[in-house]
Amino acid sequence: MFFALLMYGAALVFTVGVGWRVFIYARTPAPLKIPTTPAPTTRTGVWIRMAREVVLFESLFKSNKWIWLFGYLFHASLLLVLIRHLRYFTEPVWGWVALAQTFGTYAGFAMLAGLFALWLRRIVVQRIRYISNLSDHLMLWLLMAIALTGLMMRFVAHTDIIGLKMFALGLLRLDIQPVPADPLVLAHLALVAGLMLVFPISKLLHAPGLFFSPSRNQVDNPREKRHLAPWAAKLESK
Amino acid sequence: MAKVEFETPKMREYPVIPIIHADAMAHSQPFVASSQHQESLGFPGQLVDNWKEVAIDKMGELLTKYRSLKVYLDSCVKCGACTDKCHYFQGTTDPKNMPVARQDLFRKVYRRHFTFAGKYFPRLVGAEDLTEQVLGDWYKYFHQCSQCRRCSVFCPYGIDTAEISMAAREIMDTIGKGQKYCNEIIGKVHKIGNNLGLPEPALADTLQGLEEDIKDDTGFDVRLPLDVKGADVLLVTPSADFFAEPHIDGLIGYAKVFHQAGISWTLSSYASEAANFGMFIGSYDQMKKIAERVRTAALELGVKRIIVGECGHAWRVAYSFWNTLAGPFDFLDPRYPSPQHIIEFTSDLIDSGGITLDKEANDNRIVTFHDSCNVARASRMGNLPGGQFELPRKVIKAACNHFVDMPADTIREKTYCCGGGGGLLTDDLLELRVKGALPRMEALKHVVDNNGVNNVAAICAICKSQYSKVLPYYGFPRDMIVSVHQLVSNAIVLGDKQ
Repeated sequence: MFFALLMYGAALVFTVGVGWRVFIYARTPAPLKIPTTPAPTTRTGVWIRMAREVVLFESLFKSNKWIWLFGYLFHASLLLVLIRHLRYFTEPVWGWVALAQTFGTYAGFAMLAGLFALWLRRIVVQRIRYISNLSDHLMLWLLMAIALTGLMMRFVAHTDIIGLKMFALGLLRLDIQPVPADPLVLAHLALVAGLMLVFPISKLLHAPGLFFSPSRNQVDNPREKRHLAPWAAKLESK
Repeated sequence: MAKVEFETPKMREYPVIPIIHADAMAHSQPFVASSQHQESLGFPGQLVDNWKEVAIDKMGELLTKYRSLKVYLDSCVKCGACTDKCHYFQGTTDPKNMPVARQDLFRKVYRRHFTFAGKYFPRLVGAEDLTEQVLGDWYKYFHQCSQCRRCSVFCPYGIDTAEISMAAREIMDTIGKGQKYCNEIIGKVHKIGNNLGLPEPALADTLQGLEEDIKDDTGFDVRLPLDVKGADVLLVTPSADFFAEPHIDGLIGYAKVFHQAGISWTLSSYASEAANFGMFIGSYDQMKKIAERVRTAALELGVKRIIVGECGHAWRVAYSFWNTLAGPFDFLDPRYPSPQHIIEFTSDLIDSGGITLDKEANDNRIVTFHDSCNVARASRMGNLPGGQFELPRKVIKAACNHFVDMPADTIREKTYCCGGGGGLLTDDLLELRVKGALPRMEALKHVVDNNGVNNVAAICAICKSQYSKVLPYYGFPRDMIVSVHQLVSNAIVLGDKQ
């Protein structure tokens, strides 16, 4: 019961929290045209630029090949792992989710490796150590702990996966089922809940933030089209 | 002023990322604006008593007015991609000159006052109150950023440190701690019309003198008209073009191009300045007031087009912001972009055969081109993205036989700042300017050594002044820096079309 409430609470905080941030970002005007140029001159072009950033991490690739490699490894693996986890929330399991099973399983290792490499950079590279706060380390540890507990359930100490799926489906169907009393399961769930709770108040906001970054999402057409924010319009000489 | 002793950094054979040295530039800060300079812009004369509250209130206000600021403060993950990208970091090795560390000076106060984690777990996320010490760091290190946007090119989220340093400077102005250089100059623009404080009679006299020089030099009556009503084109150019070297040779170049194309044009004594330092201090109001002078002048003179001279940040303000700040410019001839850059204008004339260039006139030169940061990363020329790189090179190549580019990671959108942009072109920051020029000087040395380059051309008044000052520190001749339209001026064939 406690875990069910925890998961509901975390999901609520995550959704409302991130939704609120997105609302604030959307509400705040960008008074000036500041795309980093060369920039696309059409909306379609901006969609393509944004897609390249989201899918390929293009700017990061230009910037630093190591950070790109480790960061990409982590994020791509995380995506596969999340897709694989859909099997615990669908009955019957969707075909393409079943297909991703093997990739998703081993992606767990890649995810852990990527995170560990990123953390290693954080302590070994002098410049990055300088800019790191305790929270930056904790975030990586949290993610590594999630990956590690997950992998252990799969490869070291098999858990009651049927029971766990009952619990997960129960959450979705508002028909609460008991959670398997396996410390690994409980730890894994608690850590994931923790991640969802800190998401809206931490640097994990980079995920929605990217879509609202004026230097990336603005069209380069200031001469053709007049751009005026509401508060700036009030300054217009009457 | 006491002369600051410092060593010019050694140029490295292969640029490597330097080891950090904490507080290496903690002694560097510009003169604080006097109460007179502050008050003439509507800012408090000196640090107000309750400056902390005023600063936090202002920060809160800016967070609701600028999406860039809000999103950039939230989004940084401290990945480190930007840490080696700033020329001031490379030249000074001070870790607070790493873009993310510079942002963090601001971000830690933001977190303390505006985020849940910073309010309740400040130690965990590195949140800090705005103390005197922190304000001191702000004043020092937000005046060690030339707002060149190089970091924003490389950031996976496009975080632009310039936006944050502009916000910090605006907050400091609001609490009474402004920078002398910028605020004094903005005052002059409001009062007289240009950064130099050059009044109309002196300007008229200067232009007349230039006309005589050109006549002596070429035998042609090339005019530099001032306040001529009914001219087709209003030229707005940085006031440095009226007196500084090599800027003035560029101005002569523009005049020859207009003359040869047979297009009537005029300068304005009211809007005798393209530069807009309102951008450097992050003030929308100041930037708008300065921009409106251009609109007023264009309406009074009844021109059909506005063309902007060689100036980097001025072109950013003109291209990206004028329409917003002082538009719409629907009273101008819609067949031409408004505003138009002088490079676009000359480039069109080269294409149409409106002017003829004799490249051999520049055969004594092997030229490279310095992409000025605000042109490269915050504006465009022509119809295609990247035109701001292609068109100046095209004009140079049309005027010179020998052109070589500097290494690829130091040009175009990856260009290095000259070291003097963003309101830092003042002698009280000379050490910073010399050290910040290091990556650019290394790139220049590369083409000097390998290709025999003897001239570097630029289209920015600040770059030109900065180069003139720092080139000798790195063992290059001062007059190596030229205006792009100086090359055009040398090559243009005056007189009847052949």
